[in-house]
Amino acid sequence: MATQTTNIPDELKNDPRVPEDLNNNIFITTLDKIYNWGRKRSMWPLLFGLACCAIEMICTAASRHDLSRFGWELMRASPRQADLMIVSGTVTKKMIPQIVRLYNQMPEPRYVVAMGSCATSGGPFKEGYNVVSGIDKFIPVDVYIPGCPPRPEALLHSFVKLQEKIEKQSIRTVRWYTTGKTDNGMLVPYLGPDLVDLRRADEIKQKTAL
Amino acid sequence: MSEVTATPAKPAAKPAAPAAHGAAKPVAAAKMTPEMSAIAAKFGGAVEAAQYEGLLVTDHSKFIEIATYVRDVLKYNQLTNNTATDYIKDGVIEVVNQFTRVPQGGAPLTLKLRVPRPSGHDKTQPVPSLCPLYPGAEFQERETYDMYGVVFEGNPDLRRILMWEGFNGWPLRKDWKEAYYEGDTKPFESRWPGGDHKLAEERVPWEDNVNYPPGFDPFAFKPHPDGDIYDSMLAPSDGTVSIDNGHGVAPTIVEGLNASEMAELKTDEIIVNMGPQHPSTHGVLRMVVKLDGEKVTDLKLALGYLHRNHEKIGERNTWLHNIPYTDRLDYITGIYNEWGYVLGVERMMGLKTTDRVEYLRVITGELTRLASHFWAIGFLLNDLGAFFTPALYFITERDLIIDLLEAVTGSRMMCNYMRFGGVSRDFTSAQWAMARELAFERLPRTIDELDHFLTENEILKARSIGTGYMSADRCIAHSLTGPCLRAAGIGYDVRRADPYGYYDRFDFDIPVLYNGDVYDRYLVRVQEMRESLKIIQQALNQAETQSKVGDIQGGKKAYNHRVPAGQCYARVETPKGELGYYLVSDGNQNPYKYHIRSCSYINLNSMKEMAVGQKVADSVVILGSLDIVLGEVDR
Repeated sequence: MATQTTNIPDELKNDPRVPEDLNNNIFITTLDKIYNWGRKRSMWPLLFGLACCAIEMICTAASRHDLSRFGWELMRASPRQADLMIVSGTVTKKMIPQIVRLYNQMPEPRYVVAMGSCATSGGPFKEGYNVVSGIDKFIPVDVYIPGCPPRPEALLHSFVKLQEKIEKQSIRTVRWYTTGKTDNGMLVPYLGPDLVDLRRADEIKQKTAL
Repeated sequence: MSEVTATPAKPAAKPAAPAAHGAAKPVAAAKMTPEMSAIAAKFGGAVEAAQYEGLLVTDHSKFIEIATYVRDVLKYNQLTNNTATDYIKDGVIEVVNQFTRVPQGGAPLTLKLRVPRPSGHDKTQPVPSLCPLYPGAEFQERETYDMYGVVFEGNPDLRRILMWEGFNGWPLRKDWKEAYYEGDTKPFESRWPGGDHKLAEERVPWEDNVNYPPGFDPFAFKPHPDGDIYDSMLAPSDGTVSIDNGHGVAPTIVEGLNASEMAELKTDEIIVNMGPQHPSTHGVLRMVVKLDGEKVTDLKLALGYLHRNHEKIGERNTWLHNIPYTDRLDYITGIYNEWGYVLGVERMMGLKTTDRVEYLRVITGELTRLASHFWAIGFLLNDLGAFFTPALYFITERDLIIDLLEAVTGSRMMCNYMRFGGVSRDFTSAQWAMARELAFERLPRTIDELDHFLTENEILKARSIGTGYMSADRCIAHSLTGPCLRAAGIGYDVRRADPYGYYDRFDFDIPVLYNGDVYDRYLVRVQEMRESLKIIQQALNQAETQSKVGDIQGGKKAYNHRVPAGQCYARVETPKGELGYYLVSDGNQNPYKYHIRSCSYINLNSMKEMAVGQKVADSVVILGSLDIVLGEVDR
C-alpha cells in the first residue's frame, strides 16, 4: 500500500477502544493519500482513437503491454463514464469541435494525455490547412508524450507521470471539490470559413474589419 | 506496364494550351496506344493527344459519349482514378480520369478534360460527371470538387467531402495558400542551412493555423458544416428502398398483424449519427444512418475528420521528403504505401533497383500484408461481437511482425524503409533468422489456428453469410478493389494485373471467392495470408542464393532528386486494394502534383449500397469487412 504505514501509535497502544487482535493491523494515513491511491489506480480512459497513435494505444491495451497492470484497462466508449482522454493522433479542425464537446461531457476530475507529436503540436502535419497545432490550444493537457507514434512503453510512462500528478492533488485545494467554482467546460469552436475560436472573436472582428 | 511516357529531352508540339496563356514550356505529347487511336479515329475532332499521357477531350459535350465507348466497346469497365491538376501557368485546371480493365488489367487509359481556371475562389465551369456511367466516380469527383472547385454536372451529391461546407477556398489550387505558408517548395530558406527557424506561430499574423477572409464577422456567421446532408435523408419514405442491390426489400413484419394491418402501421424513421467518435467505425468516420426500426433505409458517410492534407504538404515537400509521409496513410501497412510511391518515382526517373532490394521489398511488404490482415480479421470479429478476444491473439502475432520490422527499419509502424532505387537497411543475419522463423514456423501455425477456430464458427457464419452482398458487376462499377472485389468473383490483383517488383518470380495464387458477402471477404483474407506466406518463404529462399547481402541501393544515393518532367500513375496492391499514386513532375525537386488514389476511400463508395436494406448492426459488420483505415480514407 502506498500510504504511510506505521506501527500503532503510542497513545493508542493501551486504548481500550482498540481490540487487542487489531494491534498490528492499523494504518494511519491522510485522506488525500488514501483517496488518491484509489483514484490513480482506477482511471477509465475514453475509448477514442484519432489516427496512427490509436493503433499504438490499442497495442498498449493488448496482451503484451497490458494496460490493466495499472488498473486502467476499462476503456469506456461514453465520455460520461471516462476520467481520461488520450488524444491519440492528429487533431484536425473538422474534428476539434467534437473533441472539445467530448471533453466537456466528461465528469470531473478529468485528465488529458496528448499522445504523439500531432496532438502535442501538429507534428509532421502542422503546416496542413486542416490541422490544429496541438490539442492544448483548446483543452488543458496534463501529460505530453513525444513520438510519432510513441511506443506503447512511452504511453505507459505517461500514465506513471499522470499517477504522480494525481498523487500530489489534495481534496482541499482541487477546484472540483470546492463549492461555488463550477467548471463550465471549454468553449466549443465552430467551423466557419476557417476554424473559429470564439474566445478570440473580438480580435477576429477587429483584424478582418474592412 | 510502365506508364511513363515523357522523356525530358524531346520537346514535341504543345497540345491544348489555350492561346491566351501560352506560358508553359513545350512538353512531350502522349504516345498513342491502340485504344487511344481507336478513340481518336472514332471521335476525331473531339480528342487530341494530351500532354505526357492519355487523351485530352477538347469537346466536353462528347465526353459522356466517349466514356460510354471506353466502357462498352473498349471494355475499360472500372474508373480507377479521378483527380485534377492545376496548371496555373496555362490557366487551366485539368481533370484526369483513368480507366482500367477489370480483371484483365494492363496499363490504364487516361482521359483528360481542361477547364479554364476561374479567378479567386470561384468554381469552375461545369464538366460532365461520370457518375451515371461509373458510380464509383461519386466520392472521387466530390474530392476533386472539394480540393479544386471543379463542378461536376450530374454528380448526385456534390458537396465538400474532406473539408466542410463553408470553408474558404479550394485548397489544392496552386494559388491557394495555407495559413502557415512559408514558400512553394521545401527546403524553406529560413530553415536551411543555418537551421535558425522561428515557430510557425511566431511568423503568421493570427499566431495560429487560421486565416479569415476580410469582413468576416464571427457572430453573424451561420455554420453549416455538413451542408444539406440531412435534407435529402429527411424526405419521407414508406420504408422501401429504391436501390436495387440484390437484397430485395423485406417488409417489416410485426407478429400478430396481417399484411393490410401492417400497411396501416406507420413507423417513424429516425436518423442516427454514428461517429466520428464511435468504437466500431474504425477511427473517426461518421455514418449518418436512416433507420426504419432496425433496418437501414439510407446511409451517408461524412468523411474528413482525419484529413491532414497529405497532398498539399506533398507538393511542398521534396520527392524524398514524401516517403515517410506515405507511411502515415494506411498506418497498418506503412511499407506497402512507400512501395507504391517509390515505384512511381523510379519509373519517372528510370531508376534500376538491385535483386536484393526487390527481394527485401517483397519480404517486408508481404509481412505488412500479413500484419494488416491479422488486424482486419481481429477487428472484423470485434464488430461481430467477439469483443477483443480474437483481436488480442492477432495483435500478439502482429507484434511479432512489427518487432522484426522495427529491428530492421528502426520504427514499429512508420518504417520509412524504401528509398528511390533501394531500401534503407539490409537484414542482419539475426533478423534474417527471425524472418525465417516467422515465415516457416510461427505464422503458418497461427494462421491454421485462426482458420480452425474462426472459419467454421457458427456465430461468425450466421452473422456474415449473406451480409453486405454486392454483385461482381456492381463491385466493378463502384471501383471496388482488393479482397472485397476478389470475394465477389473477380480475380483482379494489381500484382498480376499490372505487375511490379519480383512477383513474377514466385508461385502464388490470387484467392477468389464468389458470394460477395462479408464471410467471403473474411475467407479471402485468410487465404491471402497463406499466399503471402508462400511468397515470403520463396523470397527468403531465393534471396539467399540470388542476391548479394548489403546490395541495397540501385544507382547513386542522393538526398535531392530531380525527377524529369512527366507524369506517372503507379499502383500497387496493398492489403486494402489498389493504392495508386498519380504524380506529375515539372522537372523540379518537388512533385508538381501528388495525388493518392486511396483504396480505403474509394471502397467506402459502395458502403451505402451494401448496407441499405440490412440491419443497423450489420452495417457495422459491413464496414469492418471493407477494412478501411482512416488515415488513408481522409489522407
